Amino acid sequence: MNDVIVKSITRIIVPFAEIYGIFIILHGHVSPGGGFSGGALIGTSLILYTLVFGIKKGEEKFSHRASEFAESGGIFLYVVIGLVGMIFAGTFLSNLSAGFPAGTPGKLLSAGMIPLLMIGIGIKVASTIITLFHILVEEEEEVHE
Amino acid sequence: MKKGLTTALFVILFIILVSQILIMPGDLGINSPSYNEVTYYYIQRAIQDTGANNIIAAILADYRGFDTLGETIVLFISTVAVASILKPVAKYEDEKKVNKHE
Repeated sequence: MNDVIVKSITRIIVPFAEIYGIFIILHGHVSPGGGFSGGALIGTSLILYTLVFGIKKGEEKFSHRASEFAESGGIFLYVVIGLVGMIFAGTFLSNLSAGFPAGTPGKLLSAGMIPLLMIGIGIKVASTIITLFHILVEEEEEVHE
Repeated sequence: MKKGLTTALFVILFIILVSQILIMPGDLGINSPSYNEVTYYYIQRAIQDTGANNIIAAILADYRGFDTLGETIVLFISTVAVASILKPVAKYEDEKKVNKHE
């Protein structure tokens, strides 16, 4: 897209959208939101970047290598936390009984393993959205060539 | 013939499903089975059990954590499925292009 207005506005908006997505993921256990909605925000901000600046620059921002890493990394983090609960408390994904600190409810550092799980879900959702978009757009371009 | 058979089967299936919907309990209000003691348990004990202010996050990541793991795996499978359907086609086209240039 070769529009100056769209390009400059996108350059301003994308960092704020991504920071807001990270905020929503990290505050998932305190305020409304969580891994799914925050991850969707980050993913759609990257989709906006790819739409405006083209698939090549978008792939530089989020390459296939990074997507492979994030795709498996999100689930891996989730399962590792579940296994930690299994080792210390006997059941998969057990939270406070496995020794995760509870903290004071309402503070950022509280609720045991829930923030860590939210980070894993957020990475997963963001990388899924942007990877699906990149795959579909790539094929479209190659067919048109 | 085949088309008529398919349509007839679909009509029969439709009638069965609609009749089942009509049997379902409708106007139970507060007595409906989904309003049971589990709701009150979550509201009363979520902060003690998990330390999370947001009860939705507590249910999503703690009480029903295994379900959420399944959801993330569904996302993973969706990416794998789309990539496996679309990627080999691109490779095949590339090979055809290369062969033509040779």
